[in-house]
Amino acid sequence: MQNNPPLEIAGKKIKNRFFLGTGKFGSKSEMMECIRESEIEVVTVAMRRVDADAESENILEFIPDDVILMVNTSGARNAGEAIRIARLAREAAGVDWIKIEVINDSKYLLPDNRETAEAVRVLAAEGFVVLPYMSPDLYAAREMEDAGAAALMPLGSLIGSGEGLKAKKFIEILIRESSLPVVVDAGIGRPSQAAEAMEMGAAAVLANTAVALAADPGNATMAFSLAVKAGRLAWLGNMSEPGKSASASSPLTGFLFEE
Amino acid sequence: MITKKEISDFLADRDPALLEKFAARAGRITAAQFGKVISLYAPIYISNYCENNCVYCGFRSSCGLKRKKLTPEQIESEMKIVSGSGIRNILLLTGESRKMSPVSYLIDAVKIAGKYFSSISLEVYPLDTDEYMELYRAGVDGVTIYQETYDRNRYDELHLSGKKKDYDYRYKTPERVALSGIRMISMGILTGLSKLEDDLYDLFEHLNFMERNYPGVEYSVSFPRLIVEPGDETDYHEITDMDLVKCIILTRLNFPRVGINLSTRENASLRDHALHFGITRISAASNTSVGGYVEGAQEDPQFRVKDLRSIKEIESVLRAEGFDPVYTDWRRIDNTPL
Repeated sequence: MQNNPPLEIAGKKIKNRFFLGTGKFGSKSEMMECIRESEIEVVTVAMRRVDADAESENILEFIPDDVILMVNTSGARNAGEAIRIARLAREAAGVDWIKIEVINDSKYLLPDNRETAEAVRVLAAEGFVVLPYMSPDLYAAREMEDAGAAALMPLGSLIGSGEGLKAKKFIEILIRESSLPVVVDAGIGRPSQAAEAMEMGAAAVLANTAVALAADPGNATMAFSLAVKAGRLAWLGNMSEPGKSASASSPLTGFLFEE
Repeated sequence: MITKKEISDFLADRDPALLEKFAARAGRITAAQFGKVISLYAPIYISNYCENNCVYCGFRSSCGLKRKKLTPEQIESEMKIVSGSGIRNILLLTGESRKMSPVSYLIDAVKIAGKYFSSISLEVYPLDTDEYMELYRAGVDGVTIYQETYDRNRYDELHLSGKKKDYDYRYKTPERVALSGIRMISMGILTGLSKLEDDLYDLFEHLNFMERNYPGVEYSVSFPRLIVEPGDETDYHEITDMDLVKCIILTRLNFPRVGINLSTRENASLRDHALHFGITRISAASNTSVGGYVEGAQEDPQFRVKDLRSIKEIESVLRAEGFDPVYTDWRRIDNTPL
């Protein structure tokens, strides 16, 4: 019997724990197909790409209405810019779910945790549902939580690298120590890496590059959805890791119980 | 960083298999970093008055060009046409005349542009940091500034008079731009002026310096090829299609996150091929004459456009090649301190 309750963020129940990024698809209609076929429930769109008055395609028209739209602040270099972009998202697109991305390093695209926490504080107080993209640092995670974050989004490895869970140990610490859901974002290149993140207790996984660049994005999205689900079930099943299970005998302390 | 010898070896190499291998690698890096998307922009020339005398340039002060400067009303008319075509990202250009196109004139143009476009870049004469700050607050996102050539002697030879003669002031322009808060800087060389390997190495060094010291800026580069003006007898270096392709590949392999622009100065076929190994942004349906969009002609252009396709045509090529055309890649926010 499966007992797999949905993820809950800000009162929304989310069954599909594979979140999709939208920025790198070669075609918006292909992206929409991926969302539909794999029943994706949470997508992130960069506010910088949203143009309601576009002569050409408006990306928001390709996001089905029943999907949770999380606008991200891509391009923000400090808290102030992230805050302004979030407010613009609320004004222009009526969106309250914000993935804070504050990046002041165009070479590695590593997030600035300090500025991010500041943006979380201001935006959470304004009633936004705030999900900070961050480097997996315990102090920063505590700060984000205190500031009112709805979830944490630590990076698995560098954006677009496909290198998987390079930051595994540190993400594990966040999962153990934070009461917030931990969504692993960035660097997840294969479904097996997504499953690994879920097996260690992540609440969800977000990917974009791996799916958008696949020769067949539809199948790739489905593969990620299934892998995320499998990893979740493995976590719920509390499967022991090989080598970590208790041994039948007690060679070290057994003598205490000998008659 | 790559050495000058490695650059010159690669430029001299004639092995098609090696070139193909590097092109494929450059393509993979570009897709992973930028996605299967290409940003579109258009230039708008608002003035061609120029106080410099650069041997190779169609705008140089000593040539008999009919000088023109658009009024705010004319600027707005140009912008209406460009914005009506779907373009949201523009590059405003002037000749290098502080007298005829002062900062106040630029600010007025930027403010008008703010009504029609989501991202505004400038390619004008080099300015001071506080002037860049004023422009940033008025809504400028990006600045394009080419060193043209990094070879000091050659630079001195080719730039006969005018403020542009000051090599160091130009060289330090990207730093002044970065200090002002402006988000994007586009750098480059006018290929053909000097030895390509030397200029490429120096550009990479400059870019490397900028990335290290001003990491928050989004950088891009361009490699415009010199188009020799009639009557110009100067001895230049020929830049072949292969040279240009190699410039793009070398940039991508060494600077994975740096954008690479390709303008309509290059022909359609080369532009279409280059999408697959490194280009991230292209201009479309450009007119390089002052007031050219309204007049619908290419009268006294800075250079003659080679790719004359309409935006719709370019859009359908992009889609056929598997790329999503991106018109809006920035939403203007208030640039004054919060």
